[in-house]
Amino acid sequence: MQPLDAEALCLQLAEQIRPHLKPDTVLVGIRTGGLWLAERLHKLLDITQPPGAIDTSFYRDDYGAKGLHASPQRTEIPFSIEDAPVILIDDVLYTGRTTRAALNEIFDFGRPASVELAVLVDRGGRELPVAARYCAVTLPTPLPSAHTLQLERATDGSLNLRLIDA
Amino acid sequence: MRNRNPQLNSNGELQHLLTLDGLPHEVIVSILDHAAPFTEVAEREVKKLPLLRGKSIFNLFFENSTRTRTTFEIAAKRLSADVVNLNVSTSSTAKGESLLDTVDNLCAMQADMFVVRHAASGAPVLIAQHLQATGRDHIHVINAGDGRHAHPTQGLLDMYTIRHFKGDFTQLTVAIIGDVLHSRVARSQIAALTALGVPEVRVIGPKTLLPTEIEKLGVRVFHDMSAGLRGVDVVMMLRLQNERMNGALLPTPQEYFKVWGLTSAKLALAKPDAIVMHPGPINRGVEIDSAVVDGAQAVILPQVTFGIAVRMAVMSMLAGQ
Repeated sequence: MQPLDAEALCLQLAEQIRPHLKPDTVLVGIRTGGLWLAERLHKLLDITQPPGAIDTSFYRDDYGAKGLHASPQRTEIPFSIEDAPVILIDDVLYTGRTTRAALNEIFDFGRPASVELAVLVDRGGRELPVAARYCAVTLPTPLPSAHTLQLERATDGSLNLRLIDA
Repeated sequence: MRNRNPQLNSNGELQHLLTLDGLPHEVIVSILDHAAPFTEVAEREVKKLPLLRGKSIFNLFFENSTRTRTTFEIAAKRLSADVVNLNVSTSSTAKGESLLDTVDNLCAMQADMFVVRHAASGAPVLIAQHLQATGRDHIHVINAGDGRHAHPTQGLLDMYTIRHFKGDFTQLTVAIIGDVLHSRVARSQIAALTALGVPEVRVIGPKTLLPTEIEKLGVRVFHDMSAGLRGVDVVMMLRLQNERMNGALLPTPQEYFKVWGLTSAKLALAKPDAIVMHPGPINRGVEIDSAVVDGAQAVILPQVTFGIAVRMAVMSMLAGQ
């Protein structure tokens, strides 16, 4: 796999989104990587409303098999979802299960006008009918399931995509 | 595995919540950490999470308690569980059914969890052991108060409240005041405060309402309220149980209030930013003055709100094992 430059991909993603922004568009990032990305896009796109944060631990479909996530964090959506055009943001799109969980959670806050999905990388391997409206890069061949691809944030705030080969 | 804590499974995860006594520090901290994100659910449009969808939780109350039963019921319903309330004091046991026969019958109805309150200390432990002995490890038990023994979820919500307002446990002086003798809440509080590293736990009360040798739990005993309150960060009041007022243990409620009631004047001896807690129900003018209950230092209502989140966390952690 060719190395992925997360910083460059962020800029590309922002430019994809920019022409479609509405005055009342809100961003919701999926913890943790998606939230970092949402914070970055919020700056790049000059959106006034700070991004909301979603933790999908309480909505995951593997709770019955794996139990509760070891350290769930707060979901914090400091604005009204009702009638808002929402862009849901995640770092890496894989099976689509996290997106499904996040969608369910968003609807418990109200009925949005629309939800679009924005991701930095589509690594393939979908198990649900989920597609991203905005995506900086799609890997030409799906990553094997033993691999983990995740966003990391350095102390200086710079973003980096890390591939872990388990 | 003989010495295994009966509350933990072989992986050291919480299987039942029976008592805070002997529960490892990291398990207590983990429950408090898990409770934090659940507090946010109460502010949503839809106050419900799908975690326990399809699970059946039986509130098995052999002793009346509207308040505790209600908070467990709300917690379970916010997790989408199906809740059945059994007021056993008025049903089958009155017809002669034994405790474990009642449990077996409810297991035959596909129970996933029991929330048990019983006047006899040890009843929830007995149920947990019975489930284990009969190979039903997938069914969980939460102690909602047994005799004078323990009330672990109350102890946990108290710890959550202290952590919320005070942050670090290791610098605190905490006073527990009142009828410690009859209080399962006090026992759970002392166990948790000690496990979390509170350097000084004081118990304050008349000699007739403090168990003998309570010092052995690692607490400092005061029979003088003013001395005991001086410089404390947290004041934990206990309910004076009206039903015991007629015995020889106590003078009249008025006299008790005069000596042991928490008034604004006495509270002024504690640190200026001390918080005042009470497990409820409150007896205004008996163990605590109305002015203190309604005052700025009281965190009694936040305790109730946090209690729901803590119970949601415990139920989710158990049902996920």
